[in-house]
Amino acid sequence: MKAQSRLFFYLLLTPFFLWLLLLVILPHIDMLGIALREQTAPRQYAFSFSNFSEFFKEPLYWRTFLRTAIMSIVATALTLLIAFPVSYYIAKMLRGRSKSLLFLLCLIPFWVSELVRTYGWMILLRETGVISNALQWLGLVSGPVELLYNDAAIMVGLVYTSMLFMVVPLVTVLESLSDDIIEASYDLGGNMWTTMKNIVIPHAMPGIVSGCIIVFMMTLGNYLTPNLLGGKDSLWFTEQIYTQFITRFNWELGSAFGILLLLLSSLIVWLGLKLTKQTLTSTMAS
Amino acid sequence: MIPSIAQPASLRWTYRIYILMFYIFLVAPLLVVATFAFNDSLFPSLPWNGFTLDWFVSDTSERLGVFSDSAMLESVGISAFVAFWVTALSLLVATSNAFLFERYDFRFKEFFYMLMLLPLVIPGVILGISILIASNSFVNAVDEAFNIEVEFLRPGLVLVILGQFAFITTIATMVISARLRKMDRSLEEAAYNLGATKSAVLRTITLPYLKPALVGAGIVAFLMSFENFNTTLMLTSSDSPLTITMFDRLREGSTPELNAVSLLLMIVSGILALLSVLVQIKEAS
Repeated sequence: MKAQSRLFFYLLLTPFFLWLLLLVILPHIDMLGIALREQTAPRQYAFSFSNFSEFFKEPLYWRTFLRTAIMSIVATALTLLIAFPVSYYIAKMLRGRSKSLLFLLCLIPFWVSELVRTYGWMILLRETGVISNALQWLGLVSGPVELLYNDAAIMVGLVYTSMLFMVVPLVTVLESLSDDIIEASYDLGGNMWTTMKNIVIPHAMPGIVSGCIIVFMMTLGNYLTPNLLGGKDSLWFTEQIYTQFITRFNWELGSAFGILLLLLSSLIVWLGLKLTKQTLTSTMAS
Repeated sequence: MIPSIAQPASLRWTYRIYILMFYIFLVAPLLVVATFAFNDSLFPSLPWNGFTLDWFVSDTSERLGVFSDSAMLESVGISAFVAFWVTALSLLVATSNAFLFERYDFRFKEFFYMLMLLPLVIPGVILGISILIASNSFVNAVDEAFNIEVEFLRPGLVLVILGQFAFITTIATMVISARLRKMDRSLEEAAYNLGATKSAVLRTITLPYLKPALVGAGIVAFLMSFENFNTTLMLTSSDSPLTITMFDRLREGSTPELNAVSLLLMIVSGILALLSVLVQIKEAS
């Protein structure tokens, strides 16, 4: 029996290793290797940091990188601000049927492809779109207004796309907060703000952190939303990676960009986990 | 602020209006996509020219409906083909992973579990390019060493399947592990005591218990594959899946045909989502 059990163990370990090693770990090591080389002659390569120094020398590259990071942080903050009251309403103000209904309603849009969702925003925001027409009909503007192809449009799209990944952890964590504790806070003379500040938000912190980490990662790595809603000047870092790989065929520089994006993403995740003393495993589980 | 604590009516109503506005925000883009699929116009925008089904069934060069657009239909077929293989492969590996992590204790288990979660943390675009690089290195190395061209590992459907499989497996593993963790081991022990073999226990006890999770994970995997864009974009070639075809059309300037495709997509994913919710409810009871 013991030997058989060992055999089964290795039988289960093999696909796990093949999957992770061949499709995740080795490709990333290979990418790092390519990022750290430079072509010296046809088919001749040497170790070099030139791709990374190129990134810092060319303002377009590092500015795009910085812009992507800042926009992602803003999008994460906005998503949290919008999602928190909604999650609180679902978790604490509703009971039974209406609660499950509203929660499910929150999830439904996200079963739909991101492409379709973004397309919806294009129809709403463009010059001949629904909102432009509505504003004209209301007499608020005199001619068609172009609401698409600017940073605000990108932001709307990013917040919309991220919403689910904030609402789910927030609802989960807020549901675990007992009503009695909130009542006790009021009984002790607290008001809405002090209760929020001292009871609800500290309790919700693990959910807030999980939500923010996931939303930040997804926003940083997003390609579709900035590309379609931001137009030519969207300047998102993933577009820069795509350009280097597919258009310019400069895989060395593209790989370096990929490594930098990965580093930024890991750094933020690590910081978030450190600040709140959580682990990746617990964050992903919620 | 909970229902049992009285609050001014103005505050309660402000809160309700906020929630209402949130749901309008959530539904609006989907609603307009669906509505304009039926607009009798060449552009998916106002004014509303009346109701038509042209964008589904028409077959003229000016108005090509979905069901007559062979390029679009072909890309649906490609997406379904990719999604089928991704689902099959990821369910297989995920089930194996779930048993590995739930039934065995071994050294560095925590570390391996973290590695297992890694694909979720890697942005899709980067996962795509890394696999592109690795497969290219592999093809070149084989070419140099044996003078054999491994054509199928060039950008194309095999790479798309591998790329999606790489991260969807993690999600499927999490779903199946969660169910396996809740299983009452005494059921299996009882079967062993009654003289059942290992494979009989797996077939008659463990797998039937896991079935809801397998169905749920399968639906999620299929949908995620069907709708994936970022990883696919980096690995695809001429046979493009649906999301890539739609993206290209969208940039060229869209007709309401795209709305019609989107509406059909929404209906299919809606049905699949409902199915997975039903499976979960059944699992809970």
